[in-house]
Amino acid sequence: MSPQFTVSGAHSSSTAASSSSSSADRRLSALVRHLGVEDSTSAMSDISANPTSAFNGDSVFAHVVQAPEDPILGVTVAYNKDPSPIKLNLGVGAYRTEEGKPLVLNVVRQAEQQLVNDISRVKEYLPIVGLAEFNKLSAKLILGADNPAVQESRVTTVQCLSGTGSLRVGGEFLARHYHERTIYIPQPTWGNHIKVFTWSGLSVKTYRYYDPATRGLNFQGLLEDLGSAPSGAIVLLHACAHNPTGVDPTLEQWEQIRQLVRSRALLPFFDSAYQGFASGSLDSDAQPVRIFAADGGECLVAQSYAKNMGLYGERVGALSIVCKSADVARRVESQLKLVIRPMYSNPPIHGASIVATILRDRDLFNEWTIELKAMADRIISMRKQLFDALKTRGTPGDWSHIIKQIGMFTFTGLNAEQVAFMTKEYHIYMTSDGRISMAGLSSKTVPHLTDAIHAAVTRLG
Amino acid sequence: MASTMLSLASSAPSASLSMHEFHKGKANLWSSGLSFNREKINPLIITKSFGRTSMVAAVNVSRFEGITMAPPDPILGVSEAFKADTNEMKLNLGVGAYRTEELHPYVLNVVKKAENLMLERGENKEYLPIEGLAAFNKVTAELLFGADNPLIEQQKVATVQGLSGTGSLRLAAALIERYSPGAQVLISSPTWGNHKNIFNDARVPWSEYRYYDPRTVGLDFEGMIADIKAAPEGSFVLLHGCAHNPTGIDPTPEQWGKIADVIQEKNHIPFFDVAYQGFASGSLDEDAASVRLFAARGLELLVAQSYSKNLGLYAERIGAMNVVCASADAAARVKSQLKRLARPMYSNPPIHGARIVANVVGDPALFNEWKAEMEMMAGRIKNVRQKLYDSLTAKDKSGKDWSFILKQIGMFSFTGLNKAQSENMTNKWHVYMTKDGRISLAGLSLAKCEYLADAIIDSFHNVS
Repeated sequence: MSPQFTVSGAHSSSTAASSSSSSADRRLSALVRHLGVEDSTSAMSDISANPTSAFNGDSVFAHVVQAPEDPILGVTVAYNKDPSPIKLNLGVGAYRTEEGKPLVLNVVRQAEQQLVNDISRVKEYLPIVGLAEFNKLSAKLILGADNPAVQESRVTTVQCLSGTGSLRVGGEFLARHYHERTIYIPQPTWGNHIKVFTWSGLSVKTYRYYDPATRGLNFQGLLEDLGSAPSGAIVLLHACAHNPTGVDPTLEQWEQIRQLVRSRALLPFFDSAYQGFASGSLDSDAQPVRIFAADGGECLVAQSYAKNMGLYGERVGALSIVCKSADVARRVESQLKLVIRPMYSNPPIHGASIVATILRDRDLFNEWTIELKAMADRIISMRKQLFDALKTRGTPGDWSHIIKQIGMFTFTGLNAEQVAFMTKEYHIYMTSDGRISMAGLSSKTVPHLTDAIHAAVTRLG
Repeated sequence: MASTMLSLASSAPSASLSMHEFHKGKANLWSSGLSFNREKINPLIITKSFGRTSMVAAVNVSRFEGITMAPPDPILGVSEAFKADTNEMKLNLGVGAYRTEELHPYVLNVVKKAENLMLERGENKEYLPIEGLAAFNKVTAELLFGADNPLIEQQKVATVQGLSGTGSLRLAAALIERYSPGAQVLISSPTWGNHKNIFNDARVPWSEYRYYDPRTVGLDFEGMIADIKAAPEGSFVLLHGCAHNPTGIDPTPEQWGKIADVIQEKNHIPFFDVAYQGFASGSLDEDAASVRLFAARGLELLVAQSYSKNLGLYAERIGAMNVVCASADAAARVKSQLKRLARPMYSNPPIHGARIVANVVGDPALFNEWKAEMEMMAGRIKNVRQKLYDSLTAKDKSGKDWSFILKQIGMFSFTGLNKAQSENMTNKWHVYMTKDGRISLAGLSLAKCEYLADAIIDSFHNVS
């Protein structure tokens, strides 16, 4: 049944098809070529079923270029390829034991055993917003059990795919429903932030954060830049253990930031990936988020359990949006569902079930805080060991930032050239911005790293 | 559908059939929030002093005040409504999740075995690579194309673990948007409700090809071929590999051949959604026949795959995006770009479901056990179809031909009931289903067939 219509203006474009750069024209002309041509049988008899006849030349994907490896995850790829026995992976932020092995927390194993033993468990689709109990417990964990917004049902919490997924869902939501479509991110920040927010549909600007001269916080610059941001702009804040610098504001500075943000009606968007991992205390690490969440204003919080519960590959996290009223929170939640459904329909159950099992059980929760503190303490001890080793070695420069910075990462201050040298000569794998994951260090490997840094600084200082 | 063709003639220079619908969809997506939030809200700021601490509290309207309540998801919202219903006769035929005869969810034995094995081994929970678990990707491509398919050995298949079917489709949509800008996806009329949302959110234009013929309650094959032929060259044609959702109507092998012919002729790219491999006929190989036919033609194609139904792994969100390319080099490049799209969405996919699949599909003993459980599930659905058909035929005195129930395949049946009739099913009979007339036979027991038959007959004859 051939189409019965005329395409006005199309005939003129058929001869111009080959030179036309407009895809619309090309499509129109292709369509025109097929008007009045056939009868379906004649067309089909021209097509042989020969497997080699399918390609009239090029692949559909001929113009697809090889994408570069992700700069952070690509470090592990490069590390894996290296055959050297002394290689050291200080790239991605995944915790390692003193023996250099990945760690699955005891409480996680116990929770998994419980889940497997529970024969009533099924694998039915979670709701679009995820596991309800997980959401409630997650909100309490980050915002505090006594948070007024939680008590007044002004918070909507949706389970997402770890930190990345929470940021993406939040970003997409803001791009669709918020009047300001610019997000201010600290300079520097986690490499994936820019991509996540850009793909969400937001435009990205930066505010000053790291001061290379002091290897600390450029607080004046931060206040100036946020102070001159347009009213209502979104501001990304690292809740604690800033990635990649490890430089956090003090509580006094956080209070000043809060006042500035509220006075300019900026919308805070927290990325909380290290609660409990930075200082060893879940409550201390949550303080910056809590002062915002308790002051009556609105904010977003992306939460990840990748590090603090060692659930990396399970992709567990949550996005909470603190709203002015319960009614607004309900409507916001309904719109978050519209973002999620066409992305992956509903989130994965396993990791969220583990988290809920641990958070709801007093004993497991307490055990978790102990294991968490042990991880944080080991990292703090690695900082001390590296600092002492560099001091003993007499490596030029002030290395005190190693013990002042907090969390999994140290921003060494090494430049890209020095980093490349360390990789080539000493098989040290790290990101080119000079960031090292302290979690990947052990007492045994500190000497090797010290040698590498010393060589890099003295030869390429 | 002449009206669709006419809209091409009358629309503006962007000749894509779907542009009208795309913008309409887009407008609906955006209008609810944007129009309200155009004006900058000037906050009324009050500074309060609490003792020595001064708190700046913004006593103003919410930034999100203008946001409207979104409607519930037409498919997933059905289960929510079902849960809220207290009537004891209620029946959930909404979402396609398999139920036993006792109407309980079912976790496959092979899955339980795999999970126990995994726990015993005490594997770690490190991040997977962005493309997912290698062992999973390998067995998944083999399951789909056949373990001995030369395409796999020639490394022409790029497989990336995705978040079940939805997530895999979304990755493909993002790839199309980026690398075939302006190209449209042709989707069947009707199709799974979420397909349009996925392409809308990914900003990929789409248009429909005729598929369901309400007069025959069967396939409008001529319409399908004509619409695929009429589409601009190089379009992506979304095809359901087997057990078409929502109609349950699949092309015959001969018809598949003709569909492949016209796709080849137009240099279209076949884009398969395979969510029911093994679930339609009970045979994994038979259900993959359509995909394998196209692959054997030497065509480049996309296949989104899901293990939600056939391994009962619904909530684990496990599936894959497969792209068959002309060369190993193209496959490597495509894979790298899929990774680039996944990283800002979720960084890397969840491990649990992937490991279960790798353990089941990769182990000969567990694989055979799986096949048996698969046959059992598909068999139950066939029995239920038969019983429903028998009940309808026995009770309905009008002479209406209900045989389409037996001809349709897979989890769903397109009853032919319209929106008002479907609503009657719910409001009067407490039978929950989607408004397009689709019922999930996976949620039906033999015991409930007679009740359902009564409901269908009443809705069909007494409601218009």
